[in-house]
Amino acid sequence: MHVEYNVEGGDFSNAGIASSQIKKILKQLNVDPSLIKRVVVALYEAEVNVVAHAYRGVIGADINPSGIYITVKDEGPGIPDVELAMTKGYSTASKEVREMGFGAGMGLPNISENADKLSIDTVVGKGTTLNIEIKF
Amino acid sequence: MKISEICSLIEGTVVIGESRMDDEVEYAFASDLMSDVLTVKIQNFILLTGLCNVQAVRTAEMSDVPYMIICRNKQVTPDMLEVAEESNIVIICTRFSMFKCAGILYVNGLKPVY
Repeated sequence: MHVEYNVEGGDFSNAGIASSQIKKILKQLNVDPSLIKRVVVALYEAEVNVVAHAYRGVIGADINPSGIYITVKDEGPGIPDVELAMTKGYSTASKEVREMGFGAGMGLPNISENADKLSIDTVVGKGTTLNIEIKF
Repeated sequence: MKISEICSLIEGTVVIGESRMDDEVEYAFASDLMSDVLTVKIQNFILLTGLCNVQAVRTAEMSDVPYMIICRNKQVTPDMLEVAEESNIVIICTRFSMFKCAGILYVNGLKPVY
């Protein structure tokens, strides 16, 4: 099963809708609740990152009995130093993002912690693609 | 601890989820930082926060947090209510500070997550 959602940069009122929809699908498929939590926490962190840092993005999810494979592809500034971005506490988030309760430099490390596999492809000035895999 | 008991201890008002006053909760976590809430590994705890926006409710939804306390008399917005209703989240508002709520609920037996 494949689903896709568009995410608009800067649109905080709608941030989380894609994660919410995917959570509903996983619940309907009777996936274990602790696995659903890992998937949606990783996905929501990634969705908020698109809203906070990029111009727009597309979330794609392939769900099958053995797991979920998610791609979060954005058009945005890219990440100049991935290692630094993966460091807990490092953040380039704006004041507005911090006021929403995010931007503490915990997003990418938390995605990595919840994922079985995470890869980050990024081109400065073009955008970033996250590939997240969680096995059921 | 029952949700009704929590409400009475913190002089709180349930703004959504009145039908779940008899639900029981054992653990609590207090934070204004939603990134921090998203790192909590357990499910089914009550979240105390001073952050009153739709992303606080979304974070509760993603973290499997069924109960929230919004401290310091903040106004819950229609979009927060919409997400809470959809996700079956109880929201309690109180005039008490987060520090005061945490203190009262801790001494009355709610357990910390960490």
